[in-house]
Amino acid sequence: MTDAALTQSAFLTLSGISKRYAGVRALEGVDFACERGKIHAVLGENGAGKSTLIKIIAGVVQPDSGTMRLGGSEVSFATPSAANAAGVVCIFQELSLMPDLSVADNISIASPPRRFGLIDARAQRRRAEQLLAEIGCEDVNPLMRVRDLPLSRRQVVEIAKALGKKPQLLILDEATSALTSADVEKVYAMLARLKAEGVAILYISHRMHEVEALADRASVFRNGRHIETFDKGRRSTADIVQLMIGRDIAAQYPPKPAREAPKPMLDIENLSWDKRLDRISLRVGAGEIVGLGGLDGQGQKSLLLALFGVLRGVSGQVTVEGREVHPGSPAAAKSVGIALVPEDRKTEGLMLPMSIADNLVIASLDAISRGPLVDRARENEAIKRAIARLQIKIGAPGDAVSTLSGGNQQKVVLAKWLMTDPRIILLNDPTRGIDVGTKQELYRLMRELADQGAAILFYSTDYDELIGCCDRVAIMYDGRIVRELEGDELTETNIIASALNIDAATPDAAGAAHA
Amino acid sequence: MLDDIAIRVRQNIGIVTAVLLFTVLYLLYNFAHPRGFSSAVLVQNGDEIFALAMLAMAQTVPVLASGLDLSVGAVMTMVGCFASYLLTGAADGTPLHLDIFGLQLGLGTFPGGVSGILLGIVVCLATGTLAGFINGCIVVYGRIQPIIATLATGAVYIGIALFLRPTPGGKIDEDLNWAMTNSLGDFAATVHIFDDGAASWFAPVAWIPVPFVLLILIALVVWVPFRRSVLGRAVYAVGSAEGAAYMSGLPIDRAKIAAFTLAGFFAGCGGLFLAIQTSSGNADIPQAGAYTLNSIASVVIGGTSLLGGTGSAIGSIFGAMVLRVISFFFRIFDIAPLLQPLFEGLILLAAVSIGALGVLRVKNTLELFR
Repeated sequence: MTDAALTQSAFLTLSGISKRYAGVRALEGVDFACERGKIHAVLGENGAGKSTLIKIIAGVVQPDSGTMRLGGSEVSFATPSAANAAGVVCIFQELSLMPDLSVADNISIASPPRRFGLIDARAQRRRAEQLLAEIGCEDVNPLMRVRDLPLSRRQVVEIAKALGKKPQLLILDEATSALTSADVEKVYAMLARLKAEGVAILYISHRMHEVEALADRASVFRNGRHIETFDKGRRSTADIVQLMIGRDIAAQYPPKPAREAPKPMLDIENLSWDKRLDRISLRVGAGEIVGLGGLDGQGQKSLLLALFGVLRGVSGQVTVEGREVHPGSPAAAKSVGIALVPEDRKTEGLMLPMSIADNLVIASLDAISRGPLVDRARENEAIKRAIARLQIKIGAPGDAVSTLSGGNQQKVVLAKWLMTDPRIILLNDPTRGIDVGTKQELYRLMRELADQGAAILFYSTDYDELIGCCDRVAIMYDGRIVRELEGDELTETNIIASALNIDAATPDAAGAAHA
Repeated sequence: MLDDIAIRVRQNIGIVTAVLLFTVLYLLYNFAHPRGFSSAVLVQNGDEIFALAMLAMAQTVPVLASGLDLSVGAVMTMVGCFASYLLTGAADGTPLHLDIFGLQLGLGTFPGGVSGILLGIVVCLATGTLAGFINGCIVVYGRIQPIIATLATGAVYIGIALFLRPTPGGKIDEDLNWAMTNSLGDFAATVHIFDDGAASWFAPVAWIPVPFVLLILIALVVWVPFRRSVLGRAVYAVGSAEGAAYMSGLPIDRAKIAAFTLAGFFAGCGGLFLAIQTSSGNADIPQAGAYTLNSIASVVIGGTSLLGGTGSAIGSIFGAMVLRVISFFFRIFDIAPLLQPLFEGLILLAAVSIGALGVLRVKNTLELFR
């Protein structure tokens, strides 16, 4: 379909939309259209302008120029609620939930059911139950506070909240990045239903296989411009990636070197914690990248936190290079050479309002201090080295770290820990919500660090990534390691089967778990 | 069903703790008191609790929206000074005049009699509400942090109070004083209803102190509907995650203004009662400060997070009562008055620590920072 024909039948049409932030171009003369009853993927690296595009459509920011038409008439939304009122609903990557309010409160927050002018708690609860049931997540109790839910459940609530607004145009911005695979299936089913009902759906995701599975049409953005729109199947994944980054990329994952038996680095024996970790035994050798796989919430994150000294009441044995350690806090873990890139970079990884420089040196202040004072010269030297090593794209080191794109923020988190010269690097889903280019840089860096002798334990929700990056993958289920996959066994089918614990009964798997 | 109850108890553990603490302390107090469990003691306690309970409610609302209000004590004092002019109850009204640096300005006569008193009450409460509204507007439109904005406006309100009452004075209608600070029976006798309080059906409730009835009435008529309104929900949402509240299309500016306005209203109720109780107006600066600080302590004891988003004004009422009961103990145990602040501080620390006990049970230390 040509772009002109597309505009004819479109539900939402943008023409000549431009937006600048403090002189920096975010969008430049963008023409874009999407139709009812279609799932339309928006692709692009971080900084390509996708977020700005969505924010303009959803009324969060106003364009500097250009017009937007919805269902044939010109519109401009001053606030997100104005967009909602017109049927434009966005599920943002940064969750829009209020942690202290209950699930039911959150779902009906904008227009709760009312009786005599006051909020009708019972009707509100029924509504929450109904919406959660629609996406197949009846297990969430609407009375629970959002604060007490794991990230994957919060995202489910976020989706239910959006559904409750009866969208005509639904925008999903990385809305499935934290979901478990089981929930992703349910969300796909829900999207198919909405599509059949004639809802227009814009879908932003960095997971190519999701886009391939879902989208009827895709648009690629690069450097604030709309590059191309094409129907499903017209472009190969390699083509798309090339359109996104505008240059050729070689292999997506760095090659895995042939290994001899690695020197032991991190040995875990019978680690248990609070019913959520059950006698975990795992070895990660120097120079190895070991993946943690399985469904979300099977104890992978707890295992990383336990190793990093965050959890209380951990039993079992952890040995680092032959010496037993019992880190009781992150500070103690750091001193034995353990680093953790945490799950949520915005709250646990970075101090957002502080400068890039301050964030980079915050974990290694000892190394650059003389007595109680920070040595300025050594600090600047260290910062320069870190920025160069990870190729972090910044304006000035003194800028607040919050001004960086997600990918560069994650690089800062990683750089911060590399400055402590860790022997053991724990990574908790480090590529969540990060663009393809930066992901590849991170993969390369991981391999480089391993080659230099670090032991890397890498949790990811993306199976492709585990297969491409890891020397070995331990699959967790219900707090246990049910299987370790290595070499040719390391396939998507095997990971999924083990994650669902389908073949855990076979003698082979039982043996592998305690190998 | 049991699940739901368990969730609700867990989510309101702060309030539950405050209620239990108050119940235990108050029972102990009554056992130790020579005239314990009598209407007279209850009336006296009610009078002593009411103003602080109102200020605790006042403080709760801005705190829920994650902003402290340092002006609640000042608003209380200012409204009290207004009351000492407007509620004299003189039959032929009260002449009002302003003395601005020697310049005499007549403002006519404020009506007297019962209708005058009712009008005076309305004016006093409106003054408190207006003061709170101004606080809210400065915070929202001036984009000034609540703690600084209300520190400044609090000084202004105290200034107005001092201007009105450079020295303690004024007068409150005696019948009003009697009716509001005693039992329901006395109230009925003063305003001549229910056969002057002698009606037989009225006897079973005649012993209840008026301040407690007022407290429950204000909680039920003002707080409970607010809590369940969209605006009230927005106040909690703003305190929980302002960005998310904005993205959800909530009226966050209106919510913040409403929070401070409601605080002004509650503080006004406190000031009005204090004036009626003491039969005078007094621009007492240390008292205003002490009330403000105690209101914050009450909010914390009542299970409301200073970070905003969780808690309830009902909890704060119990927080205020816990604080007051502690001082009652000094009277019956004859502890040297000079030691009172020391003990109050220690007991406050202990009370707040109970709420912090949950920290010991946390197995994932990351949760401590969420």
